[in-house]
Amino acid sequence: MSAGAGLSSIPFDVAPYRLSGVVYGALLNHRSALAQIGAAANQLPYKAPPVAPVLYIKPRNTLALSGDVVRIPAGTPELEVGACLGLVIGRTACKVAEARALEYVAGYLIVADVSVPHESFHRPSIRYKARDGYCPLGPAVIERAAVANPDALTIRTYLDGALVQIMSTADSIRSAARLLADVTEFMTLSPGDVLALGAAAPAPRVRPGQTVSIEIDGLGSLSNPYMTALA
Amino acid sequence: MMRARVAYAGAIHEAMPAPAEETLRLDDGRVVAAGDVVWLPPFAVGTIIALGLNYADHAKELAFNAQEEPLVFLKGPGTLLGHRGVTRRPADVKFMHYECELAVVVGRPAQRVPRSQALEHVAGYCIANDYAIRDYLENWYRPNLRVKNRDGATVLGPWLVDSAEIADPGNLGLRTYVNDKLTQQGNTRDLIYDIRYLVEYLSSFMTLSPGDVILTGTPEGVINVMPGDVVACEIDGLGRLTNTIAADAEFGR
Repeated sequence: MSAGAGLSSIPFDVAPYRLSGVVYGALLNHRSALAQIGAAANQLPYKAPPVAPVLYIKPRNTLALSGDVVRIPAGTPELEVGACLGLVIGRTACKVAEARALEYVAGYLIVADVSVPHESFHRPSIRYKARDGYCPLGPAVIERAAVANPDALTIRTYLDGALVQIMSTADSIRSAARLLADVTEFMTLSPGDVLALGAAAPAPRVRPGQTVSIEIDGLGSLSNPYMTALA
Repeated sequence: MMRARVAYAGAIHEAMPAPAEETLRLDDGRVVAAGDVVWLPPFAVGTIIALGLNYADHAKELAFNAQEEPLVFLKGPGTLLGHRGVTRRPADVKFMHYECELAVVVGRPAQRVPRSQALEHVAGYCIANDYAIRDYLENWYRPNLRVKNRDGATVLGPWLVDSAEIADPGNLGLRTYVNDKLTQQGNTRDLIYDIRYLVEYLSSFMTLSPGDVILTGTPEGVINVMPGDVVACEIDGLGRLTNTIAADAEFGR
């Protein structure tokens, strides 16, 4: 898929009714992710654990739908799939207060942050995360009112039908509201933008020929087959 | 051809330079004073791809060692700003600096494009000023978004200049002036990774689409800027991109 075409087919029945195609995500925001780094977070090259949210951008060439094939490059045995809750922005959000932050959320959807596994988090190449199709989204945006508490959702990841990871958004370092407050302190989010809350570690790994399905309570299932890249 | 996008009298227009000094001709035929329009980024901007440390002198300035591949980071659309816009400097920071850069605008989809054909996928060029606040630099997924992806931190314009009008994008002088004093100078011939290389490299793993833009990095000469400073970036053949630094108070902070 190019330039985010197809996003309009994701059901989204409340304002602003469409995704903008802009997707940000937080890294190391699930306690397990920072715990996995352990004491190394205080050593070179990091020197100290992160202070501000650690954010990434999934550009429009990465956006894909449930069912789309994700391609594993030749020479790469497996990919990592970071199962995330995505917050979909409903109103222009600039410097929002934590207490009111969720009022700026239109709804929620599942985001798969697909990466080529990499050892260092210091200055990783974007070719690990920004490849075509490496951000499946969906299957639908569920309106905010239908989700009682975004900070108490269970996320299950299945590999060919077998449960390989179970996590809760309750174990986030920054809650959904706190993350929105800290991010919009310096960067405005616009209607239809997505902010992913952060994946747990270790992220499930997927090989060619396997299918990954991610389920979040009330948000449905995002399912994608993985295959070796063509040529 | 050089084109701007401007807001004027309640609508957004494409505009071109008019014969008289400091005037623009709008797409609907009106000729207006350049000072009477609000300048927007000169094209519909897609993915913003930026290079770190792509001039040898700037890499040396920041005590950075040799690299294995281009240092690429991404920016979001919320950071965009047009010519004559205002960028906020938080009160608590010590080092906020501009970066004058040649911006390469993609014109045709590019997927696994060889170096020899790279320039066929370029629509044109503009000036970028890619601000950074060093105080916020952390060592996780550098450069972290709080340093670079700030509101108003990516100034583009004033014009999108067709690639046909730039004979050699690999030999363009860049200059930055702070309050009319020359503070930064360089030339795109000193790029570590040139435009052809960058299009080939990026399109090897990500499809580039029309409107995607590559900010090719900045040479040495970055200095701290303060509220009230007027920062002007010039590139040969592309014009002069001006913007102003403002304090928190102007933004109600």
